[in-house]
Amino acid sequence: MEPEITNAAQYEQYLDSVRSHGRTMLLPALIAAQQSFRHISPETATAVSKALKVPLADITGMIEFYTMLKIEPVGETHIAVCTSPVCAAKQAHQLLHEMSANAAPGVTTEAVACLGLCDHAPAVLVNDRQVGSVTPKTDLSSANGRVQSRLHGEERMLTQWCEEDVEHTLENFLECGGFQGLRAALEHSPDEVIETVKQSGLRGRGGAGFPTGTKWEGAAQASGHPKYLVINQDESEPGTFKDRALLLGDPFLILEGILIAAYAIGAEHGYFYIRGEYPFAQQVLNHTITQARQAGYLGQRILGREFNFELEIRSGAGAYICGEETALFESIEGKRGFPRIKPPFPTTHGLFGRPTVINNVETIVNIPLIFKIGVDHYRSMGSPAAPGPRLFSLSGSVVDPGVYEITTPVTLRQLIYGLGGGIPNGRKLQAVLLGGAAGKFVPPEKLDLLLTDEALRPLGLSVGSGAVMVYDDQVDLRLVLSSLADFFAHESCGKCYPCQLGTQRQAEITHRMLAGQVLTGDLDRLQDVGWTMTDASLCGLGQTASHAILSAVELWPELIVEPDPKQVRS
Amino acid sequence: MTPEPITITIDGQQISVSPEVTLMQAIASIGQDTPVICFHEATTSEGLCRLCVVEVEGWRTLAPACVTKVADEMVLHTDSERVRRARRTILEMLSSAVDLSEAPAIQQQIDDYQADPERFPEAHRRTQPILDDNPFYVRDYEKCVLCWRCVQACGDDLQFTYALSLGGRGYETKIATFFNAPMPETTCVFCGNCVAVCPTNALKGKTEFYLDQGMDYDQIRLQRRRQQKSSSQDKKNG
Repeated sequence: MEPEITNAAQYEQYLDSVRSHGRTMLLPALIAAQQSFRHISPETATAVSKALKVPLADITGMIEFYTMLKIEPVGETHIAVCTSPVCAAKQAHQLLHEMSANAAPGVTTEAVACLGLCDHAPAVLVNDRQVGSVTPKTDLSSANGRVQSRLHGEERMLTQWCEEDVEHTLENFLECGGFQGLRAALEHSPDEVIETVKQSGLRGRGGAGFPTGTKWEGAAQASGHPKYLVINQDESEPGTFKDRALLLGDPFLILEGILIAAYAIGAEHGYFYIRGEYPFAQQVLNHTITQARQAGYLGQRILGREFNFELEIRSGAGAYICGEETALFESIEGKRGFPRIKPPFPTTHGLFGRPTVINNVETIVNIPLIFKIGVDHYRSMGSPAAPGPRLFSLSGSVVDPGVYEITTPVTLRQLIYGLGGGIPNGRKLQAVLLGGAAGKFVPPEKLDLLLTDEALRPLGLSVGSGAVMVYDDQVDLRLVLSSLADFFAHESCGKCYPCQLGTQRQAEITHRMLAGQVLTGDLDRLQDVGWTMTDASLCGLGQTASHAILSAVELWPELIVEPDPKQVRS
Repeated sequence: MTPEPITITIDGQQISVSPEVTLMQAIASIGQDTPVICFHEATTSEGLCRLCVVEVEGWRTLAPACVTKVADEMVLHTDSERVRRARRTILEMLSSAVDLSEAPAIQQQIDDYQADPERFPEAHRRTQPILDDNPFYVRDYEKCVLCWRCVQACGDDLQFTYALSLGGRGYETKIATFFNAPMPETTCVFCGNCVAVCPTNALKGKTEFYLDQGMDYDQIRLQRRRQQKSSSQDKKNG
């Protein structure tokens, strides 16, 4: 959202404009330099260091942590090819290979982690333009750069007005009943608003499922000041793209939920952290905030009340770990995205060490709905343990990939075959990866599982972020496993030993599985590495980095066949 | 005012401790050592190496003893199968990544936990060239276990010089300077604090480095004079 910068003098002017904010502007300043100059030179880095009073060495630390920042210039056309577990199953690696081999002068290519375009796999990012369903023959220059997700649902409560192919204006939003939930909430005291959210039973939709009202209450009652509201759209969990669909489909509804949350917890400043791989969504969000500010929905005395709130957009720059709440805070503070030790928790010691509520986009979109339809109606949807509508990102080998809003719990079979149209090309289902890369595999025999916390938890499964990745019988699951392992090895922040070392060793073993060169003892190694990461890692990334892989080798032992000791010559 | 002591159980032994101590301090109070790599009393504990993890009854994951505070009626197991497996596997993975030949404390831990240094064959090691770019110390990052102590000592914990940062990411994390400049071109003041807190000899004083190479003091003196001459010659020649 920065002004166009084309030369060093303009960049100096930009630095002057952010200088007073200090280190928190470090990542935005580096992103602006990367976008303007296609790399960050020592001269630029020195200027940033001086302007924001950040040690020189730390600038290098930042550039090397965030993969979208480069020391060497990328080409005028830079193609980032997604090699995540859905794209990998659709020949993304071959695509990358061909694109690299045939790259014209001035074109550079790079393999990247999930672009969040799983319903259009294999996907690429050409500079800031998204292109889906790519083949080596696709003319990347003519693609419009916007990939739309299809929204489905028999009863659409959250996504009622979601439409991607329109320009979102405040007028349209108001015509469709926009801000009614906000007006209803503002009739109550902040405490009453929090109580209503608690009564609704809403649980976070980012993956961990923490009760939202309890989180708000914790921050509201914490003694520190000021308080912050942070929205987490670092949606990077492979197979998850529902938050992108929400933002492109109904951005003002997200803002409405944000305003209610800010009012409830007493935050006057909020940050909307959105991943760097969603450039178009960032534009939409920026446009939304500008309109809202002009109409007085952001700023001082919102709707004529003693309620002030400002919202600032912050872009990620290629680091899955920044979806972890404390790593995200570090990133906003201008540091490498290292997760913090908990406790203390964000509700008391969050962003800048202050009480902070951090919510996922889907979570925040549930808030206006609760105030529009009331707690009783809200609780009639979903399941008793996790009430309310729920979004699933369905991708992989299905006829109708996209985002599905589910108000009455369905089974996996209903989702994949009933709503999703089943497996295309007459193929059979081989496996489902439920809950993203951090989730677990479900075999075809378990298709009648109801997708609720109550039904899944006893089996050690979780809806997670709502990602459902479907693999047919033509897919080599070993390729999927090695892609998962590569993902975690690439995205581990490197802070704690179990994950820093374990994701690498896990990847090496899955590569041997894929190559058919499993060593004697590899299953034992894989399990020791996996269990150690689960048991001893510092944050959720390491604690879940082995779940999918270990669940697969438990379900399908033939994936890792060790050499017969009798046949091995000593 | 001293807070009321609380009661916790360590490996079946009930003890009374201050509620402000860490699990590691509580375990030390009954005369038991907790294995650690990254922990140092002069630097901030970040819970990196996880070698100090212990089992707390009712907790989903193991707890890092260096940074976890005790709580009333906590029941700890410091030598359970889960604890031993985690410690052993961490040591085995570390052995397959890093040169631990000059880290006797870690080698002792490898023995204590019957870890197999050869457990991970065909593992990609973090090989790196030796950096010998200043008159005071040598950096052999192949021996670096990423305990962060040098970065912390250079920064907020001791010297406030900020010549070092963590660079890279994940398995390829490393200790970095600004655009990987040689030490004399950084803000380094050669205080030696980083060398003092390094647990594996990845950072080593020059004299010790030459002694280890088999040189005697006379040879070292000659070598240093030669280096000084050539560097002042370089300066003269601009």
